[in-house]
Amino acid sequence: MDMKVQKAKLGLKERYRLMTRDLGWTPSYQPPEALFPYAGYEGIVIHDWEKWEDPFRLTMDAYWKYQAEKDRKFYAIIDAQAQNNGHLNITDARYLSALKIFLQAISPGEYAAHKGFARVGREFPGVGTQVACQMQAIDELRHAQTQIHALSNYNRYYNGFHAFIQQRDRIWYNSVPRSFFDDAMSGGPFEFIIAIGFSFEYVLTNLLFVPFMSGAAYNGDMATVTFGFSAQSDEARHMTLGLECIKFVLEQDPRNVPIVQRWLDKWFWRGLRLLSLVGTMMDYMLPKRVMSWAEAWDIYGEDNGGALFRDLARYGIRPPAGWADAGKARDHISHQFMLALYQWSFGTAFHGWIPSDDDMDWLSAKYPDTFDRYYRPRWMHFRKLAEAGTPFRNVGLAKLCQTCQFPCVFTEADDPTLLCHRELEREGHRYHFCSDHCQTIFEHEPEKYVQAWLPMNQLFQGTSGGGGIENWMKWVNLVDGQDNGDFEGSQDQRNFAAWKGQSTTNAR
Amino acid sequence: MTVDLKTVSLEPLRHAYDHLERRFGPKPATRYQEGSYDIQAVENLHYRPTWDPDQTLYDPTLSRVRMADWYTIKDPRQYYYTTYTLARSRQQDTAEANFSFVESRGLAEMLADDLRAQALAMLVPLRHAAWGANQNNTLICAYGYGTTFTQPCMFQAMDHLGIAQYLSRLGLLLGDVDALEDGKRAWQDAPRWQGLRRYVEDTMALRDPVEVFVAQNLVLDGLLYPLVYERLVDDLMSARGGACVAMLTQFMSDWAVETRKWVDATIKTLAAEPASAEADNAAVLREWIDCWLPRAAEALLPVVAIVLDEQAAEAVDEQRAALLARIAKAGLR
Repeated sequence: MDMKVQKAKLGLKERYRLMTRDLGWTPSYQPPEALFPYAGYEGIVIHDWEKWEDPFRLTMDAYWKYQAEKDRKFYAIIDAQAQNNGHLNITDARYLSALKIFLQAISPGEYAAHKGFARVGREFPGVGTQVACQMQAIDELRHAQTQIHALSNYNRYYNGFHAFIQQRDRIWYNSVPRSFFDDAMSGGPFEFIIAIGFSFEYVLTNLLFVPFMSGAAYNGDMATVTFGFSAQSDEARHMTLGLECIKFVLEQDPRNVPIVQRWLDKWFWRGLRLLSLVGTMMDYMLPKRVMSWAEAWDIYGEDNGGALFRDLARYGIRPPAGWADAGKARDHISHQFMLALYQWSFGTAFHGWIPSDDDMDWLSAKYPDTFDRYYRPRWMHFRKLAEAGTPFRNVGLAKLCQTCQFPCVFTEADDPTLLCHRELEREGHRYHFCSDHCQTIFEHEPEKYVQAWLPMNQLFQGTSGGGGIENWMKWVNLVDGQDNGDFEGSQDQRNFAAWKGQSTTNAR
Repeated sequence: MTVDLKTVSLEPLRHAYDHLERRFGPKPATRYQEGSYDIQAVENLHYRPTWDPDQTLYDPTLSRVRMADWYTIKDPRQYYYTTYTLARSRQQDTAEANFSFVESRGLAEMLADDLRAQALAMLVPLRHAAWGANQNNTLICAYGYGTTFTQPCMFQAMDHLGIAQYLSRLGLLLGDVDALEDGKRAWQDAPRWQGLRRYVEDTMALRDPVEVFVAQNLVLDGLLYPLVYERLVDDLMSARGGACVAMLTQFMSDWAVETRKWVDATIKTLAAEPASAEADNAAVLREWIDCWLPRAAEALLPVVAIVLDEQAAEAVDEQRAALLARIAKAGLR
């Protein structure tokens, strides 16, 4: 019986269609709104989900194979790092502050993204979109877990890592990233995908990911840089998905354009505020620096972002409203925020410090127009106070922006000597903002932002541990004298020096 | 003889992250523990969802089943992303080898026509049921509470997508693109498939994550996988000379055995929670099983009849009894 029939060879695209979107069908036993109840309420109009272009064509068998290969390498390397006291290879224990911020602020964000993408992976009525979102959902779980695993060994030897779970929900500065992700998840599926998939992943990821991971490489942190390399191809997929999503939504109906524009305005600004943390890390916390925040902004913000928004202009999209102000803030935000962190370092689960002369010279070279003029004098003043044994501590509580939840420490876009502060009244309450853009975001959805859990206000109300700084520290699991305060004289500094000595000399 | 290399030994300050020392004591934590326990946000949630302001962002009350601590649920396989992916990657190697073995030896062409027709008629429409299962497990992960409960559901969702893709490849290998089109038509319109399609669509309209878990992972898959893959493909079709079909569905057979342990452990933990004023888990779980099990059995009967004809009822009844025994063992008499 020789009846081998030659089958038509399927093209890659057609084959992938059969493996994914052809799995779906038009339901008839349940109305579409019972199966996809949240697809319409944001006002986004989708005429044809079939027009969705798959941003990557990955079937599960290939996914398992590639990801397993990457994970085998990753865990082999972090195991080796742990076994050989690789933590002693970092340039200096000051670097750990960057890692502590990462674990407390960013890793929980990865988990939130995992949940959020699982939600949109179920709620979008198009199979192609669902599959792409589900893959990102499982990837984000991977990122949260690999980060927790990579930093686990640091936790055994250094302070500030141990309570990241409690601090995710309770410590004041983490309400910045928490409210960012909570904001995205409490939006509908389309806002979520524009917020995280496009604004965060596509427009801003390079500003987070590249500086952090390159910072790890420059500072001898094998664990984190390995995570970075291992996540790189995932991130590339996520960026492609974000770009495809926005193009798809914009192409479907002109009525979508103003809605998307408002989301871009909002999420660009929220993302930029969140990244002030990264700027501070790049300019101040890396003993060996990669590039300044200003340089990163020029490359990944101005150049890449500028090109992107020129590309989107054909859909009627303009650059986000905060774009120009972001450029103006470029030379200021990292200094302003590090100065704030230093004053409040008694309340942070990482260390602050006054930059050394070398550090300050680097900063004035990178910020020739601003550092010597506005910021060096303040650091010199702090140094004088510290040397006199009366270090500057701001024991008042910061006024937080109702939207981004940063303390209102940033200045007017056109006057770096004047703190920027906006406020408005609504139903008998007064709300404060760090900028016009944060106020505008509030004004679009006041009923959402009045709900914000503002840690400083809670502290005043006595809800965070029962009132008083001591109770608050207990409540956030901050060990006073170990996790917080100045790096100079800290246990981390002492242990790192002693262990380094123990492992490189014969002294005991 | 052992050789002990010396390394510089430093005294660590602590064994594990605080939340894990609180749960498991002052000792080093496993990677499963680190990657799973308490990593979902719990308190001080900032905003209510605009898509449903009655819910909170992470809301344990979306289910009628309640747990004092959702993290008492534990995956006996201890899957976190990497262990899961490594396990599936190995199975994927086997599946790939099987597909290329069948293809390179021309085994598909040697399959008797009636067996081929049966295999296509029964297995190809199931790719749509697997897609429904993907949707349902994605929903459990999306809205369920606590990572030890939800993360395996994300894995389960991706597994179902993988199964739907293996079934699509099986259709292409034993038939052609036409086979997939025929299968989809049957799923949409043929009377034989409407009970199952209705079951899938009705479960997709559920919003209680634990009810979805029961209706999909315990009840439907608890009948479908042993009936279709173990009994019909592995045993019956192989005995009739269709072993190559069993090679193409080995992933599903192995997978069903593995995931069953996790499903049972989860149900057992949920059922063991003492009843309170808020909820009586065991009673709620029983109610759901009573609601969905007869429907699933009825929906599968005509599917099983593709191969078994009039013996289908007996097979379904047997499998139903076996599932009830499993459920009883999980503490739900």
